[in-house]
Amino acid sequence: MPKLMLGNKAVARGLYEAGCGFVSSYPGTPSTEITEEATKFDEIYTEWASNEKVAMEAAFGASLAGKRSFCGMKHVGLNVAADPLFTLSYTGINAGMVICVADDPGMHSSQNEQDSRYYAMATSIPMLEPSDSQEALDYTKAAYELSEKYDTPVLVKMCTRVSHTQTMVETGDRVEHKCDFQMDAQKYVMVPAMAKRRHPFVVERREKLSNIADFNKVESGSDNSRGFICDLTSYQYVKEVFGDKHPVLKIGMVYPLAQEQIIDFSKTVDELIVVEELAPFIETKVKAFGIDCIGKGKLPEIDELSQRTVAISLGVDVAKGKAFSEDVPPRPPSLCSGCPHRGLFYVLKKLKTYVFGDIGCYTLGMQAPLGSLHTALCMGASVSGLHGFAKCSDENAVAVIGDSTFIHSGMTGLTDISYNKSNATVIILDNSITGMTGHQNNPANGLNIKGEPAGKVDLEAFVKSIGINRVRVVDPYNLAETEAAIKSEIAVDEPSVIISRRPCVLLKNVKTPGPISVNADKCIGCKSCMRIGCPSITMDDGKAKIDQALCVGCGLCKQMCKVGAFDD
Amino acid sequence: MTKNIMIVGVGGQGTLLASKVLGQLFVDHGFDVKVSEVHGMSQRGGSVVTYVRYGDKVYSPLIEKGEADFIVSFELLESARWVEYLNPKTGVLITNMMEIMPMPVITGAAEYPSDILNKLDVKVDSIDAGNERITNIMMLGRLSRYFDYPDKDWIDAIKACVKPEFVDMNIAAFEQGR
Repeated sequence: MPKLMLGNKAVARGLYEAGCGFVSSYPGTPSTEITEEATKFDEIYTEWASNEKVAMEAAFGASLAGKRSFCGMKHVGLNVAADPLFTLSYTGINAGMVICVADDPGMHSSQNEQDSRYYAMATSIPMLEPSDSQEALDYTKAAYELSEKYDTPVLVKMCTRVSHTQTMVETGDRVEHKCDFQMDAQKYVMVPAMAKRRHPFVVERREKLSNIADFNKVESGSDNSRGFICDLTSYQYVKEVFGDKHPVLKIGMVYPLAQEQIIDFSKTVDELIVVEELAPFIETKVKAFGIDCIGKGKLPEIDELSQRTVAISLGVDVAKGKAFSEDVPPRPPSLCSGCPHRGLFYVLKKLKTYVFGDIGCYTLGMQAPLGSLHTALCMGASVSGLHGFAKCSDENAVAVIGDSTFIHSGMTGLTDISYNKSNATVIILDNSITGMTGHQNNPANGLNIKGEPAGKVDLEAFVKSIGINRVRVVDPYNLAETEAAIKSEIAVDEPSVIISRRPCVLLKNVKTPGPISVNADKCIGCKSCMRIGCPSITMDDGKAKIDQALCVGCGLCKQMCKVGAFDD
Repeated sequence: MTKNIMIVGVGGQGTLLASKVLGQLFVDHGFDVKVSEVHGMSQRGGSVVTYVRYGDKVYSPLIEKGEADFIVSFELLESARWVEYLNPKTGVLITNMMEIMPMPVITGAAEYPSDILNKLDVKVDSIDAGNERITNIMMLGRLSRYFDYPDKDWIDAIKACVKPEFVDMNIAAFEQGR
């Protein structure tokens, strides 16, 4: 009986059915639910790694030990893991190894919309692209067969609309996988002499893989004046617009592309159109095969596609709706009511310091009225960016970085600050959880992926151990204490770290005092409390009003009020 | 023919659960179904939208402007934002009367439009479903008026999607909305 299943959960189901025994990942939207779902299967060991590079290397080790292994990450996570990825192509694997990368065209929750297909090409590692949950399950299983047959890790590429859409799936049973452990220095020690012997293997393997048509599907049409080549979600949009009218070559294995099949298909249609999201990856290859085709130029290279963009690009009429007659104010995401980051950002704004930001919920500190974040590049860049800035400028600046992000890639930057002695103040926002991706445990809160006690990184001890002497902890619910600490640490002429510590207010075990209210007789309507940007506070008839359903009683507004208008 | 239902609201209002229940209902009736979800940054109090599509064979997971048969909106400003996605001839916009101020309105950078309900130039069905944990299922209760399915089918779908301890509460909310 088929059932609805999220694309990411279907990947996890595929891992289960394929007999996968080891999963190591770092959370990242839209990939996170794969590993969370895999954790529900007792047969699979799962863990949150400190970062994607660590996850991929751990999966490599598990493969040598004889376990089918997996690591999952978002597109920018693959940048972090690119170092092992390139050389894993040379070493190959023992037991099957699958790497899932989830792109985010349209940047629903990302800092760029890079096209990860180029990693497959750059590393000569095969890449599969499922278009729905059933294919996500099937391709994940098939990826292990491919991995072991061709001695290669295999990339499975998802995107937000496949990862985060439930579609119908038929499941199968788990088949345990048996494989002996393997240690072979000639294969796994990539010093120049040995790597030189492995590189020809990589090229030969790519040639062997280059005419596999098993994952592609040719669908005939009634009108051959046009034909489409498409992959991933683009297939769904083309079918939505044109149904069965024109022939379609649906690409399931996007690297290497099946050259002969593509040439054969192109001969059956008058006009060949390549529909793909983001860069002209397939289009460039098709043209290199000597085939004339339409692609980018006609279809957009920016943002995710939809049936509407495909239709408009190709001259097909689209439905029209009735827009609202007035401007509709945007509703951007914002820091939650009671979020511990709010007090910290208010203080940073007040002190008029520049803030090197990082990746997490606290990136929302950029928004008005807090507006106290000035950079956000990639994981860990706040710390190292501040280091370079502090070496070259006397302007006041600090870095803010979450606990999980600090462990992911802030530790190395902080070591650089200590080693190269920049006059930098780094604020670690320790809310005891990986927040933005939906509450994953991490090494700083001492709980593992199942919520069981695990090894715990002592942040204060770590900071001291790398040679930074000034470390202090503040409670960001206390504005005066937080302000005093930041002022004094910015003033000193040596590296310093402030740990702004309070657990995420959304955590189940966090007790809050409960909503507070405004005494309308005392409120003078000065709007001081509005400067903290709390979603619970609005102005009603010239007086502040607190949404009793949203407020958790963090007390920041009370500290802002000069006339004592807030009651507990 | 594929049917399109959009569920829109503010992150945290439970649009995801509502779309899961709907998806289950249509699966139970033998349709091909696609249900989109929202995760990550936009969940944090932002405008959120999920798509539920069902029919003999569903391709795209998305619903585009002018294509929705129903928009179920948990908040008035979100009704204004998404109304263009409704099929203007046959579609119905079911809207909660709840108003939740977005941050640009809180900071004074923008104004919350007045009298949104009367400016929605489509077929509208309004309901006072508040802003509580059960608002989402109350809204489904109202949507259920437009389908010929018996109560039992809806309740079975709810049971399949919520934890056992919350089933009774949600069934009561469904009946309140219906």
